[in-house]
Amino acid sequence: MNEPISFFSGFGPKDLWFLAQAAWQTLLISALSISTGTLLGVFFGWILSESKIVGAITLGLILDAFRSIPLIIQLVLFYNLFNVLGLAISPFWAGVVILAVYTSALVANVARGGIEAVGAPMRRAGRSLGLSYVQTMQHVVWPIGLRAVFPSWVGVALGVLKDSALVSVLGHPELLKVARDLITRTQQPLLVLAVAGAFYFALSYPISRYAAHLERKWQS
Amino acid sequence: MIEIKGLHKYFGDLHVLKGIDLTVKKGEVLSIIGASGSGKSTLLYCINGLEAIQQGEVLVDGVSVHAKGTNLNQLRTKMGMVFQQFNSFPHLTALENVALAPKIVKGKSKAEAKEIARAQLQHVGLGDKFDSYPSALSGGQQQRLAIARALAMEPSYMLFDEATSALDPELVGEVLDTMRLLAEEGMTMICVTHEMGFARDVSDRVAFFHQGIMEEIGPPKQIFSEPKSEHTAKFLANVR
Ligand SMILES: Nc1ncnc2c1ncn2[C@@H]1O[C@H](COP(=O)(O)OP(=O)(O)O)[C@@H](O)[C@H]1O
Ligand SMILES: [Mg+2]
Repeated sequence: MNEPISFFSGFGPKDLWFLAQAAWQTLLISALSISTGTLLGVFFGWILSESKIVGAITLGLILDAFRSIPLIIQLVLFYNLFNVLGLAISPFWAGVVILAVYTSALVANVARGGIEAVGAPMRRAGRSLGLSYVQTMQHVVWPIGLRAVFPSWVGVALGVLKDSALVSVLGHPELLKVARDLITRTQQPLLVLAVAGAFYFALSYPISRYAAHLERKWQS
Repeated sequence: MIEIKGLHKYFGDLHVLKGIDLTVKKGEVLSIIGASGSGKSTLLYCINGLEAIQQGEVLVDGVSVHAKGTNLNQLRTKMGMVFQQFNSFPHLTALENVALAPKIVKGKSKAEAKEIARAQLQHVGLGDKFDSYPSALSGGQQQRLAIARALAMEPSYMLFDEATSALDPELVGEVLDTMRLLAEEGMTMICVTHEMGFARDVSDRVAFFHQGIMEEIGPPKQIFSEPKSEHTAKFLANVR
């Protein structure tokens, strides 16, 4: 995209295509990190809900660190750490891994809350029917608890989608990085940012619509 | 048959059940009455292994509930339990609520489990609520759903822990009627209850619990008209 001939030229249809490709990268990074981060986070949340003391001082502390250190520091730190250790990792995968861990730290808290909100009586009801501990978790506690905190999870997911812009510091051509490059070339920051913003909106909107649909369905 | 022998239960230092001996025969309906905190719920939890015990033994059809090798999940399918809280699974329809355990625990096919669920929902008078979610059901309907859910496992015993205590007064009758129906069908039942009318009319025996001790047990007529223990007399005077 940085062909030397068109160094300073206006925003054209081709640039829209560049941004669309970048949006696809943003979507890939977000989808990969949110899905694995959510699975990990639910697992962590379950551990936290089961082992209150041991969990809180080990896993809880680690997750707290990931939640409180600014994402941009985590990205730069770990990306460089990987490289110092001689572990060749692309900016894309470094971004996915860090975002996934970050997501899991946020989701763990949300999931723990949901799982703990399903009280002893409901669990006893499951066990009294002959369901094993794992079956009670799988068919009763998790579905009820995780649905209860679904709105918070949607908030986390949308937040991570936006935070994926920070992967641009590692140089991967996702939306924000490409938008910046285009601004440098076209000198039309308002237009480029508006288009990039529109792409973020186009990615988020279906998620929040679908989430609202699910919530309504579950409420009935 | 359920046999309880020399049962002691502690919560930490709190001695909640102080040596309970009790046998409930097939087909019998036993009501347990007593003040709140006397250990009635705990006794039911000990019977189906939801609570560990510290001394004594509980035998269900000869199988020791708290012995090491006992498969509790399997044993529990013999004992349906209905709680004070309705505990309907809110994410499942009435039909799915009832079909869940037959499918998961007994390995029934989806179609079989649904067939069982339909039959049991009709049994408790919820034949028109198959696809309703619990949130659309009244408390009485949810409690009947809980009964159907327990019956779907084809239990030999039903344990009721104050099944009507959380209900609005006008909804108590429909649940008691369902329990009465089960008793007439010959179900073996242990009912912790505050409904003295039910205890008197439906049960074969009534047990009175006082501070972790089974103070007396006998036919309802005797318990209600000539209680032997002064605690029983006092308790009955207060609930009347
Ligand atoms: N999980 C528990 N942990 C500690 N104490 C408990 C627990 N469950 C019940 N208890 C205590 O045991 C006693 C008997 O309780 P319970 O069996 O619920 O009585 P009841 O059903 O007759 O009202 C009460 O003093 C209660 O506070
Ligand atoms: Mg009780």
